[in-house]
Amino acid sequence: MTEFLQHVVNGLSLGTIYALIALGYTMVYGVLKLINFAHGDIYMVGAFAGYYIATALGVQRSPSLPKAVAVFVGAMAVCGALGWAIERFAYRPLRNRPRLTSLITAIGVSFLLEFGFQLPSLRAQGEAFQGVLEGWGLRLPAPVAGVLAVLPDNFPPGPTPRFFPEPFERVDWTVLGGVHVSNYDVVSLAVAVVFMVALQLIVYRTKFGTAMRAVSYDSRVAGLMGIPVSRIISGTFVLGSVLAAVAALLVAGSRPRIDPIMGLMPGLKAFVAAVFGGIGSVPGAMVGGLVLGFSEEMVAGYTVSSFRDGIAFAMLILVLLLRPEGLFGRVSVEKV
Amino acid sequence: MGRLRLLLRPVVPFAVAAPMLWGLQVLAPQDVAIILVAIGVNVILAVSLNVVNGFTGQFSIGHAAFMAVGAYTAALITTGFREVQIAHLPVGISDAVIFALALVAAMAVASVAGLLVGIPSLRLRGDYLAIVTLGFGEIIRVVIENTRALGQATGISGLPAATNVLWTGMGVVATVVMARRLLVSTQGRALLAIREDEVAAEAMGIDTVGWKVRAFVISAAFAGLAGGLLVHRIMLVTPRMFTFVKSMEVVVMVVLGGMGSITGSIIAATVLTVALEWLRGLDQYRMVIYSILLIALMLTRPTGLFGTKEIWDTLPRWLGGRRAPGGAR
Amino acid sequence: MRPARMVAILAAALGAAACEAKKPGAEAGAAPAAASAAPSADRILVGHIGSMTGSEATFGLSTDNGIKLAIEQWNAKGGINGRQIGLKTYDDQGKPEEAAVAATRLTVNDKVNVLLGEVASSRSLAMAPVADANGVPMITPSSTNPRVTKENGKVRPFVFRVCFIDPFQGTVAAKFARNDLKVSKVAILRDVGNDYSMGLADYFLAKFKELGGTIVDDQSYKAGDQDFKAQLTAIKGKNPEVIYVPGYYTDVALIARQARELGMKQPLLGGDGWDSSKLFEIGGKAIEGSFYSNHYASDDPSPRIQDFVKAYQKRFGSTPDGLAAMGYDAAMVAFDAMKRASEPSGTSLRDAIAATKDYPGVTGIITIDQNHDASKPAVVVEVKGGTSVYVTTVKP
Repeated sequence: MTEFLQHVVNGLSLGTIYALIALGYTMVYGVLKLINFAHGDIYMVGAFAGYYIATALGVQRSPSLPKAVAVFVGAMAVCGALGWAIERFAYRPLRNRPRLTSLITAIGVSFLLEFGFQLPSLRAQGEAFQGVLEGWGLRLPAPVAGVLAVLPDNFPPGPTPRFFPEPFERVDWTVLGGVHVSNYDVVSLAVAVVFMVALQLIVYRTKFGTAMRAVSYDSRVAGLMGIPVSRIISGTFVLGSVLAAVAALLVAGSRPRIDPIMGLMPGLKAFVAAVFGGIGSVPGAMVGGLVLGFSEEMVAGYTVSSFRDGIAFAMLILVLLLRPEGLFGRVSVEKV
Repeated sequence: MGRLRLLLRPVVPFAVAAPMLWGLQVLAPQDVAIILVAIGVNVILAVSLNVVNGFTGQFSIGHAAFMAVGAYTAALITTGFREVQIAHLPVGISDAVIFALALVAAMAVASVAGLLVGIPSLRLRGDYLAIVTLGFGEIIRVVIENTRALGQATGISGLPAATNVLWTGMGVVATVVMARRLLVSTQGRALLAIREDEVAAEAMGIDTVGWKVRAFVISAAFAGLAGGLLVHRIMLVTPRMFTFVKSMEVVVMVVLGGMGSITGSIIAATVLTVALEWLRGLDQYRMVIYSILLIALMLTRPTGLFGTKEIWDTLPRWLGGRRAPGGAR
Repeated sequence: MRPARMVAILAAALGAAACEAKKPGAEAGAAPAAASAAPSADRILVGHIGSMTGSEATFGLSTDNGIKLAIEQWNAKGGINGRQIGLKTYDDQGKPEEAAVAATRLTVNDKVNVLLGEVASSRSLAMAPVADANGVPMITPSSTNPRVTKENGKVRPFVFRVCFIDPFQGTVAAKFARNDLKVSKVAILRDVGNDYSMGLADYFLAKFKELGGTIVDDQSYKAGDQDFKAQLTAIKGKNPEVIYVPGYYTDVALIARQARELGMKQPLLGGDGWDSSKLFEIGGKAIEGSFYSNHYASDDPSPRIQDFVKAYQKRFGSTPDGLAAMGYDAAMVAFDAMKRASEPSGTSLRDAIAATKDYPGVTGIITIDQNHDASKPAVVVEVKGGTSVYVTTVKP
């Protein structure tokens, strides 16, 4: 029984993470009908943004609440800006083209972030460049060489995993005779629920949300009705990216290993969770994420753990075949 | 007379290509040959995926899974019959026959897998095929990693080095002939109709699900062929070779070449393979440059290099160019 | 005749490809000219294939650094018999098919004297036939699968390794658990997608049972997973005395943390894949008191180890991990053989490598046996105070 309850806690903790990433996925898909493959990499950037801010603030030596807030806000701002830039420069020029076209740029952006972050640090690159020039008998002019010396020596981070300092102190509780729960699990769940409610309110209770739904329903007609379609799409992207940053920090805080390709699998799984819950639906993403987390947990805990991913996917496929629109999706009737 | 021409038609390309490929096989040094094989395998993958993603307008992102099915099937057969020699045949020919049979089996098993994945998922519209193929890719990997007979994570090593330029080239010819003849046939028109407007196609009496499944099965079979060829070049098959990233690479080739354009897929597959090889000396910068090129290309040519056109549609008439017969618009 | 025209175009495309494909060889030699000039008779070229990008890039990078350090040290001493050494590194993105192509290019175009690589056995298995076919000796720094040097019962003529093989290290861990830790109930947590981890776990399991112990649970994970609590909770229910986790430090650090979070106090036991300062940094307190088998103990006072650690720190600004030491040793064994060989390439180099005896490497006294494997003792170390501390030595 204790073991089962522990599995429930673990599944909940894993599921909320998937849910948070899936929320971002589902919003972007809702308005653009675009599978944003770069979403998992925005999540990765969020973790690294938090890492750099935390290192600059010295969180590891003396964690405190204001610092944790600064880390969160800073990472959210970085990801929001990144999301805006990606939409503006990689997706918007292709908006009226076939969907697969933007999918390829999404893959391109995803590769660029993943492999860009695996490069050696700027200073190391600069020094290597200098070395090459010297090999040819050339010397850099003094001002340029001076710039090289102040380039960051830990960005890009390179492929070696980094240790992410805890943004706030970890507290473990033992409840119900041996079930271990930490404050991170509780905070993750609370944050996910708060964001879900907030999103639901934004989507259904604000002008922005109404415009978003209109764009999602028919962007051309929405444009004719005077809705600034581009701005709404930009806003959706920013919101989704900010959510990715939050998810990343919650994950990195309790599982403190970050590396440039950490977003690949969570991104794919969140995508599956979003579709499972009914793509475009906010509660759907939440439930989809939780169901995925639980099913993985139970499969790994009670059957053969090496089949974890396989069985989770197989289950999702089966459910989708029975209910193609997802748990909370609307059945759309296609008209000619 | 007409009958004979019809019968001979599919044979002609092979007859023409065989001596050329054989010449290439003899002349090409080892390092060129291995890149030619890589190009050929990628061309087979891209053209066959184009049948689903380009002609039919569906969205499959699990091509590598069918490759894996074909690769393991072929590998099991060639390693199983390593010591076997068909009676009355010299060793070389006997090995070639076994390899050919292994490739045919690879295609057959991969097409069965395609059928199993296709029938349930192609009843639905939208991105469901994407998720189901994605999930299938994961499931295949998990199954291989848990099966002792398939060598688990290590895979099967010590395969005969059977694949060469000639075999790969014949595979390419077969794939292109298949795609080309499919495109100009009645069946091909049905696929294009589905791509342009599935509801309208259904209203016109086209069995949309049936055609989608058929296209998917054909595509899976050729992915299996590519898998069988690839692993007999590097003499090793492991689950790591057939990841989600591999599937995405093929999707990129198809979209970059132009959805629905056979020559586009061929050229995109060739250019990408050669370009990546050419950039190899650049270490970590290689993939960064590759991704920037990808974004830049899509932004400047959103329909891909060729759109839905074929190369002969764009050539001037005196060079053999002609108007598209309507198949590819 | 439509098909005929199509074939003509196809043949032209293939022909064009052939011409295009020829280019890289010529260009690649010129493009990164800074790294190495064109190979010539008075220069020795080392080819390294590693995953410099992708999920295992950190291992490829460490190995490459180790090789670089070895080359720089030899060049500073005036090279091998007066010849300077150059390095050409190709990235395979962690894909076997790329490793095969890269190996072909290094041996045929770049005409390297010796081929070093890969970390993962699956990629070394793709390189090995190329090395054999072209008669270029290959030393793999850390591919532990027995099949890398011995295929179908035949030793591959040109392929060597300087690391342990799976059966040896799995057995060492089992013996240590049974005889030194004196435990009888062990759970295994293995990386199902990694042949190294699978190999170690299989041999550990067989040996531990043979010694009279029981395996109470056998769970698996996938490299790169963020969450291991499901498996750990299941293991916890079986109450093992030790958990054997033969994986890489990237995952083990998180596994250790999550085990402690679940209130599990058992020590973990692992293999040389653990050896990195990152394990202590990320694992923190959670990894304290765990054991792993390794090639050397970093607190070993012998100068050959301490000099290497210091030189590496000075050159790259970080402490070397096990893979860097293996890369260094692979290169050093090759150079040592080149010095002895009449000709630093081909069969004469191969014979010299095969004759390596009692070479004092960083990762142990290396002797190449008749299977082309390195036979050297393993040490077991304990994680204590954020570093590894020597516990015992196990002879092969």
